[in-house]
Amino acid sequence: MTALHIATAPRQHLLDVEGMPRAAVERILDLAVEMREARAARRHRDLLEREIVATAFYEASTRTRVGFELAAKALGATTVDLGVAGSSVGKGESLVDTLRTLERSGVTVVVLRHASAGAPWLAARATGLRIVNAGDGAHAHPTQALLDALTLREALGEVSGRTIVIVGDVAHSRVARSNLHLLRTLGARLRVAGPPPFVAGFHAWPGVEVASTLDEALDGADAVMTLRVQLERDAGNGISSMADYASAWCITSDRLRAARPGAPLLHPGPTNEGVELSAEAANGPRSLIGRQVENGVPVRMAVLARICGVSA
Amino acid sequence: MTLAALRGRFGSLADAPATFLLAGARVIDPSDGTDEVRDLAVVAGRIADPRRLPDGAPRVDATGLLAVPGFCDLHTHLREPGGEGAETVASGARAAAHGGFTTICAMPNTTPPLDDARAVAKVSGAGRVAAARVRVIGSVTAGRDGTVLADLAALREAGVIAVSDDGATVADGEVARLAFERCADLGLLLVEHCEDPLLADGGVMRSGATATRLGLRGWAPEAELAVVRRDLELAADTGARLHLTHLSCAASLDAIRAARARGVDVTCDVTPHHLSLTDAWVDGGRRFAWEAPGDIDASLAYDGHCRVNPPLPARDDALALLAGLADGTVDAIATDHAPHGPQRKLVPFDEAAPGLVGLETALSLGLAAVAAGMVALPVLIGALSTSPARIVGEERALGTGATADLAVIDPAATWTVAADRLASRSANTPLIGRELPGVVRLTVADGRVTWNDGLLPLR
Repeated sequence: MTALHIATAPRQHLLDVEGMPRAAVERILDLAVEMREARAARRHRDLLEREIVATAFYEASTRTRVGFELAAKALGATTVDLGVAGSSVGKGESLVDTLRTLERSGVTVVVLRHASAGAPWLAARATGLRIVNAGDGAHAHPTQALLDALTLREALGEVSGRTIVIVGDVAHSRVARSNLHLLRTLGARLRVAGPPPFVAGFHAWPGVEVASTLDEALDGADAVMTLRVQLERDAGNGISSMADYASAWCITSDRLRAARPGAPLLHPGPTNEGVELSAEAANGPRSLIGRQVENGVPVRMAVLARICGVSA
Repeated sequence: MTLAALRGRFGSLADAPATFLLAGARVIDPSDGTDEVRDLAVVAGRIADPRRLPDGAPRVDATGLLAVPGFCDLHTHLREPGGEGAETVASGARAAAHGGFTTICAMPNTTPPLDDARAVAKVSGAGRVAAARVRVIGSVTAGRDGTVLADLAALREAGVIAVSDDGATVADGEVARLAFERCADLGLLLVEHCEDPLLADGGVMRSGATATRLGLRGWAPEAELAVVRRDLELAADTGARLHLTHLSCAASLDAIRAARARGVDVTCDVTPHHLSLTDAWVDGGRRFAWEAPGDIDASLAYDGHCRVNPPLPARDDALALLAGLADGTVDAIATDHAPHGPQRKLVPFDEAAPGLVGLETALSLGLAAVAAGMVALPVLIGALSTSPARIVGEERALGTGATADLAVIDPAATWTVAADRLASRSANTPLIGRELPGVVRLTVADGRVTWNDGLLPLR
């Protein structure tokens, strides 16, 4: 299979943040800050004018898909969305065949969201496309981790040495995994917490402490990240009921007092208010949920610019 | 040279019996402990006194080559009927001959399954003119759906050498008990794929730190061990002959050792890939189990070719399986040769069909383990040949008068695994591109040359 586009540099992907050197992380975050200013000033609007960026989302998404589309457009790329439901995917076309069709149609970058862990690795091996992982199963969500890191860096000044706590269904969460990798790279102290099925396997995760109650988890926390409980997970999620979960683990402004004074609250969205966090906590002064969404576009601008090998 | 160019070098069981002499081969015959350098003559398909070789018969310098009993694979998927795009009886038998196998035991999980005499007869019939003896394993339950026993008496009458619902455990305890009782009555061997479906819980790789990090659903060793323990009890209770196939964890071997100590009649096999590959391969690792774990190549992660059932083991389990092979706990190496086309493998990892082709790489992986000092060469040869043959009631010997059924191996030669070097219709293995030791130069099944890598004069 020959690549149908001319790439002068080796093909770049963003598959994962695991193993990404700290300096590379910092460069992307710095570039994101620059992109935020550039976007406001309507600069760099032709940076990716030679690129065709396709969003291929095999799972539902608002923030991530829209974030990538706006990021690509802000840099002048042509964008196309593979409406998975309305495409040949519905006729049983395989992932690889679909991606090869996009490649032959001139697409240069595919932003892929897929329910199967590792799907972006297959896409990178089986095509000549540049691949951005926009979430693969329970495995990784690199741009979410990057935008969370940017949000935390701006709120805390410095991530290194801070205690950051992730509460919720860690075991099934790609957001948690990518955050654990990235925040560890940035030097944070990490703690996860949730009912046993939600932290299964994480006692052996390098550099991570597992707390068994919310108060224990929040004790001394510099920032708290809570995860969406997957109400739609059909095989059951190992907890007895949402009400039980909420009574033990729902983060309210009151319970947040166990953390360091002023410790911010993050959530990747969409939230189940009253389950993993209360409405007043989600909308309160310590909530960074809005900032996370705002940082989504500039972080994705930075990622697209970097993998396309252009410098702003 | 690619295999396509070698097509004419395959023979079949319908050919005329062979006559030739191997001069100075290292003859290893685990049936009587032979391991010596000598001449080995085959006259009209039988091992003969070298002095009886007719004038003009081919005499081959076999210095440095091994002559060993023909291999017997207890666990082969031939995909016929229903999956002929991936393999057929004929192509699977050629792959067998190419790998030194003279017998392959066809598993019944075809479409439809081999659950009655007619279906069995079709596969056996195709095998009569193939490049290896094809023995058939019938399914335990009708339609292989685990609910009602197949007509096991009729299957025995049709000549099956065992029954198995391979691909799945006979999960229902009541059905399993009936199957053990019926097999005991009929003297039929029961071959179990050990996987409690509820405990395996849809897992796609071995549970553990790697599965957690990769975000893949884990399949815990307990899912295998629970069925091993249940079946050992049922075998003890009913007296049925039990064979546990493709075992993947240390604890399963411990359970077998304990059961044997109290007299339970059980045999077992492991696959070449569970002896040599580990769960790190899913992560992009490419070190053998006996090598120190090393760097991974992340670009190779999530390769569907590393998806197999039971999943690739933790390194400690692989090392325990090797130790079990060396100490005799493991009776046989069986390939679980499972051909799949690219449309079943070039997909996300958890959607990939489980299994890899194994007939043509089994010996090479075994020789790599021998080279690493994990197991002695005669033990490896016995686990591939005489020991599995005994389980299915076949003779294997290299003494004068025996039917010639053997493989001639160049242990010093290496080859690079590639799709066009495999006789199988499928090339689904993560070993593609890998250089491995050991080339099969000649295979003789039932006195007929089934694979001749130019060692004998070509017709």
